[in-house]
Amino acid sequence: MKAKHQRLILGLLALAAIGGASGLALSALRDQAAFFYTPSDLATKAPQPGKAVRLGGMVQAGSIKKLADGITISFIVADNGGTVPVRFTGVAPDLFKENSGVVAEGKFEADGSFTADNLLAKHDERYMPPEIADKMPAPGNMGR
Amino acid sequence: MIAEAGLAALWFAAALALLQLVAAALGLRLHSSASGNDLIAAVRPVAIVQGLLAALSFALLITLFVQSDMSVLLVAQNSHSAKPMLYKVAGAWGNHEGSMLLWVTVLALSGGAIALLERQLDRATLTATLGAQAAIALGFYAFLLIASNPFTRLDPPALDGLGLNPLLQDPGLAFHPPTLYFGYVGLSVAFSFAVGAMLTGVVGPAFARAMRPWVLAAWVFLTIGITAGSYWAYYELGWGGWWFWDPVENASLMPWLAATALLHSVNVLAARDGLRAWTLMLAVVAFSMSMLGTFLVRSGILTSVHAFAVDPTRGSFILVLLALYIGGALLLFALRAGTIRAGQGFDPLSREGGLVLNNLLLTVILGIVLIGTLYPIVAQAMGEQLSVGPPFFNKTAGPIALLLVAAMAVGPLLKWRRDNANAVLGKLTVPVAAAMLAMAATFVLAPGTGWMEIVALGLAAGLTIASFAPLWKRNLLRTPLFTWGMVIAHFGVAVSLAGMAMDSAFTKERLVAATYGQPYQVGPWRVVLDGVGPAIGDNWSAIEGRVTARRDDGPAILLRPQRRFYASPPTDTAEAAIRTRWDGQLYAVLGEQDAQGRWQLRLWWKPFVTLIWFGGGLIALGGALSLFGRLFRERRNARRREEAE
Repeated sequence: MKAKHQRLILGLLALAAIGGASGLALSALRDQAAFFYTPSDLATKAPQPGKAVRLGGMVQAGSIKKLADGITISFIVADNGGTVPVRFTGVAPDLFKENSGVVAEGKFEADGSFTADNLLAKHDERYMPPEIADKMPAPGNMGR
Repeated sequence: MIAEAGLAALWFAAALALLQLVAAALGLRLHSSASGNDLIAAVRPVAIVQGLLAALSFALLITLFVQSDMSVLLVAQNSHSAKPMLYKVAGAWGNHEGSMLLWVTVLALSGGAIALLERQLDRATLTATLGAQAAIALGFYAFLLIASNPFTRLDPPALDGLGLNPLLQDPGLAFHPPTLYFGYVGLSVAFSFAVGAMLTGVVGPAFARAMRPWVLAAWVFLTIGITAGSYWAYYELGWGGWWFWDPVENASLMPWLAATALLHSVNVLAARDGLRAWTLMLAVVAFSMSMLGTFLVRSGILTSVHAFAVDPTRGSFILVLLALYIGGALLLFALRAGTIRAGQGFDPLSREGGLVLNNLLLTVILGIVLIGTLYPIVAQAMGEQLSVGPPFFNKTAGPIALLLVAAMAVGPLLKWRRDNANAVLGKLTVPVAAAMLAMAATFVLAPGTGWMEIVALGLAAGLTIASFAPLWKRNLLRTPLFTWGMVIAHFGVAVSLAGMAMDSAFTKERLVAATYGQPYQVGPWRVVLDGVGPAIGDNWSAIEGRVTARRDDGPAILLRPQRRFYASPPTDTAEAAIRTRWDGQLYAVLGEQDAQGRWQLRLWWKPFVTLIWFGGGLIALGGALSLFGRLFRERRNARRREEAE
């Protein structure tokens, strides 16, 4: 094989590999991407119950309650367009608190409530998720 | 005065970077004349002084933090007089402005180091390299001086500072950003070398040997940074996981993947003079990935549990720099790649062929991570909000990573130039048998284990044997240090992979509302919450659980998970308690108390999870051994050449 041909074959192989990777990634994205919802999204696009999604919003003041089993909490995620009741079984992350941003990973139930397997809060107390920042009024304690 | 002196040093350093760029460009243009020679001769000393001035500026910033000078805005926002000294110093780079100053300082110092130490490159390529280095530095100086001056005064001064985010107050994390930046900046040096070589058109083994130590060093620092970051997230965030596929984690993984590919292709270029254009391309890609990483972390464009400052101006500034550097380098590559002559050819079944396969697979993984990380931004621009999480990455990058591990086992057993298929199969008998045995054992002993974990454990066993095969029948004392480096690094991958598979397959988890004295079983451990009491530290107070755990009739071990309260800034953090045994870690997190007085207690038994980071350490150690091995050999060769003359 001539060096020139080999170069060509290598180039084509590289293109095919990268094209294959992009195809694989994009097809996986179509069904694997956990779609992101905010409470106000629910009026316009309702997710299927049971599908893995992320729900983002602010934890409503006074809504965090402990349930009788001692390990489950319930709270309300809100933005300025709606509210969703959420249940989470586990130890909440450090910066999970009322009036701060949260992203809950889990699924919607048939009754419109949300069961979270995982809660994401921020490292930084001055943070609000960008996805919901533009949907919120600007409360004083959000800063920056 | 210190702040003003720091700012002045920064301005002088920026001016010298401009001078360095102009002198290099003009000097190369006029290279045949006497004035051109004078200009080229000036580039080296200017680069050294520029590095020293940037370092002075950074040293002055650290001084301000050590003195808790609250008349400086940055100190007031990110420090507190009552903080332990380590975190006062680390506070200097634990924020946006300081970390960018650290970035440019490391960049300028490494430019100075090239100017001082580099003896192999031809004069024109070295001058072009230092010019490119100055161009990169100039962008960052402009960024600091225009958009994020770290020395801005606060008038009137604050009474005291706001403090450093308590989650960052951890010895490991204090050194985490500098470690990653050393990696990023090492790649910027490789990038400058590539730009220099593209401008002068001289690409060959000598160029590869000059670039290799920088790539190796960058790769070692990135490996340490990623490993340490993973362990930090594991013990500090209290969620029991070690990798999140978070955009900020991906931001450090992507340069590492590109650097790993570059590291292997630069070896082909140095040893066999092959893969010339591809190596240059990878050097451009690797640095693009570190710039992209900086952009993702610093712009706040992504939703991340790690992302810090959210400031659109700064984001667009870095984006412009990103476009300038990457666009410029790609344009240069497009214009010059055709003029780079093809190197040596090789047979597909050869060490070169194996390294090409390694490069292809790494590139594919890099592409997948890049798409998964950037897709949400593109979707958001098109009005759809979504996030891409672990299920995506595990399903796409996971299988390809396993394929890469299989290729890794075969590659080092191949000969350069061309090899014989039967001979290769013969060498693979033992590793393949080991892999089969491990898979069968897992299948029988731990029924119900997922196929990815079974394959991973088999590959880990096979790779372990195959990694050491290059040492077979060799005099171990005479084996070069860089061969040892490769063996240890590849073995480290096997160790890490085994740890990941075992953690994923065999972890036991328990979440309870614990009453005092009541035993709970998690894996082989019986765990009892004996009580909860107060505890106090330098700048925090806490409630602390006393948890005893006992396995079979073994001795009781005590764990003290805490919920800490930091006064400044006011923050609660959970400090997990972790006890390491030879066969795994017991991990406890204390939650909140409920109305009946029960405490939330989350427990994990994670068999062999420590192998993940131990393997990461081995990988970095292997890289370091290779680096020293190469440097010693280069030095010895240089001495011999001198003696011969």
